[in-house]
Amino acid sequence: MSANYTADEMMTVAAARQLRDGTACFVGIGLPSTAANLARATHAPGLVLIYESGCLGAKPDRLPLSIGDGILADTADSVVSVPEVFNYWLQPGRIDVGFLGAAQLDRYGNINTTVIGGDYTDPKVRLPGAGGAPEIAASCGEVVVIVRQSLRTFTERVDFVTSVGFGAGPGDRARLGLRGGGPRTVITDLGVLEADPVTCELTLTRLHPGVTVERAREATGWPLAVADDLATGEPPTPDELAVLRALMAA
Amino acid sequence: MAKLVSLADGVAELVRDGDTVALEGFTHLIPFAAGHEIIRQGRRDLTLVRMTPDVIYDQLIGAGCARRLVFSWGGNPGVGSLHRFRDAVQNSWPAPLELEEHSHAGMANRYVAGASGLPFAVLRGYTGTDLPRHTTNIRTIDCPFTGETLTAVPALRPDVTVVHAQRADRAGNVQMWGITGVQKEALLAARRSLVTVEEIVDEFEPLPGQVVLPGWAITAVAHAPGGAHPSYAQGYSVRDNDFYQAWDEISRDRDTFRDWITQHVLTAEAQA
Repeated sequence: MSANYTADEMMTVAAARQLRDGTACFVGIGLPSTAANLARATHAPGLVLIYESGCLGAKPDRLPLSIGDGILADTADSVVSVPEVFNYWLQPGRIDVGFLGAAQLDRYGNINTTVIGGDYTDPKVRLPGAGGAPEIAASCGEVVVIVRQSLRTFTERVDFVTSVGFGAGPGDRARLGLRGGGPRTVITDLGVLEADPVTCELTLTRLHPGVTVERAREATGWPLAVADDLATGEPPTPDELAVLRALMAA
Repeated sequence: MAKLVSLADGVAELVRDGDTVALEGFTHLIPFAAGHEIIRQGRRDLTLVRMTPDVIYDQLIGAGCARRLVFSWGGNPGVGSLHRFRDAVQNSWPAPLELEEHSHAGMANRYVAGASGLPFAVLRGYTGTDLPRHTTNIRTIDCPFTGETLTAVPALRPDVTVVHAQRADRAGNVQMWGITGVQKEALLAARRSLVTVEEIVDEFEPLPGQVVLPGWAITAVAHAPGGAHPSYAQGYSVRDNDFYQAWDEISRDRDTFRDWITQHVLTAEAQA
C-alpha cells in the first residue's frame, strides 16, 4: 500500500466513524479508547464516553493509558463507584454502544479474552480475563468490536467464551435473555464486517482502500461471508489523521 | 475507632498467613506500599481478592505470597499481560496459583453483598459465557416476583481489606476522592481493615465527590505518603505510566523480577 497512513490508523478511523454524535459509549482501554476519543475530537463532539472506573462523560484531551487515569476523573460529568457504573448505568440498558477488543472472535462475534490453547486450568496462554466485557456485550444497545484480522484472532471456534455475541446463531441471544443488540459491527485493519440480520453471521461489507477480498479471506479462520454489495471505504481524511496523530502524541 | 498505626505494625497485626486479603483500588489509590509490606513480612498462602489484580498482585504472586486468586481482570492496564501471574498459572512458578474468575459486574456485586450483610447478590450477568463452568460460585436464581432467571454470586467477606486514601484525621476518619472504585464496599465487606493515607490532618476540607469512611468502621489507619506509587493519589500525585510500561520488561524474566523485589521491596525500609 502506498498510502500515507498505516493499517492501524485506518482501522481506528473506521471505528471512530462508526460512533454517532450524542450517543453514550462504554469504552475499553486500548484501540476502543483511541477510536472513541478520535470520534469525540472530530465528528461526534457530543459522544458520551463511559469508562468502567466510574467516569461518566469523560472528556480527556490526551489518551489515557488506563481506564482510571486522572484525566478521566478530572474531565468527567460525574464520577461514580464501580458497583454503580455496572448496576445503575450498564445493566438497565442505558448505554447505547459497547466498544470491545478481542483476542479471538468467531463468526457469530463471540469473544475470547481469557485463555488460548490447552485447557482452562493449563492454558498455553493466560490472558487478562473478562473485566467488564461479558456484561457490556450483554447489555449495551449494540456492540462494536475492534480487532486486527488474522488467522490467530478470527477463529472457527473461540477457545473460551468470555463475552457472548450471537452464541450459536439466530435466536440465541433471546434464549439466553441477553437484552442488548449484540455485536453488529466488527472493525478490523482490513475492513468492516456486519452481522447479517437473518443469519447473524459476520459478513464482510466493506474493505479498506487497497485491501482485496482474498486478503480478508486468508486472514479469516472460517469461510468468510462476503456481501453482494461489498464496498470500499474512504481513506482517512487529512483532518482525521492529524487529530489521531495529535492524540497519540499528546 | 480506627487505631493509628505504623504500616509495618498494621500489616503485622491485621494480615495473617492463609487469610483472604483484598487490596482494592481501581487504577487510582492502589495500596502498593501495603502490598510491599506484606511481601517484606513474608506472608504465605494468601487468597488474594481483587477486581483488577495488576502490578502489585503480580509482585505478591511472584514473591510467593499467594495460593489462590479471586478476580475479574488480571493485566497491566494499557500495557498487556502480567508475566508473574502468567508464569504462576502456566508454569506454577514460584507456586501453583488457583483461580476463581468472575466478571467485573459479578465481583462488584459480591462486595456489595458482603458490605450489606447478605449471603449473595443478584445480577444479570455471565449468561452464555464459559465462566460458570469453572466455579460453583456463579449460579442462577429465579426471581420470586417475575419468575425471571437471574445470576447469583456469593458475598465476598475478606478477612482483611486494605485500601489507600488521600487523608485521615486524628480520629481515624478517612477521606478519599476521584475514582473511588469499589473500595468502600470492599472495606465494609471485610472483617478487618487497614487504610493507608497520604496525609493525616486535623480537619477535612470538604471536596466535591468525596467519600468519607467513618473511623469507627475501620480497624487501623497508617500514614504512608506516596503509598500508591506507581498508581496515584489524586491531588497528591499522578500515575507513573512509565513505571507500568517498564514493569513489562522487569517482570518478564524471573531473575530480573527477583532482583527488582530484592532491591526495591525486601531491602527497602517500611515507612514509619
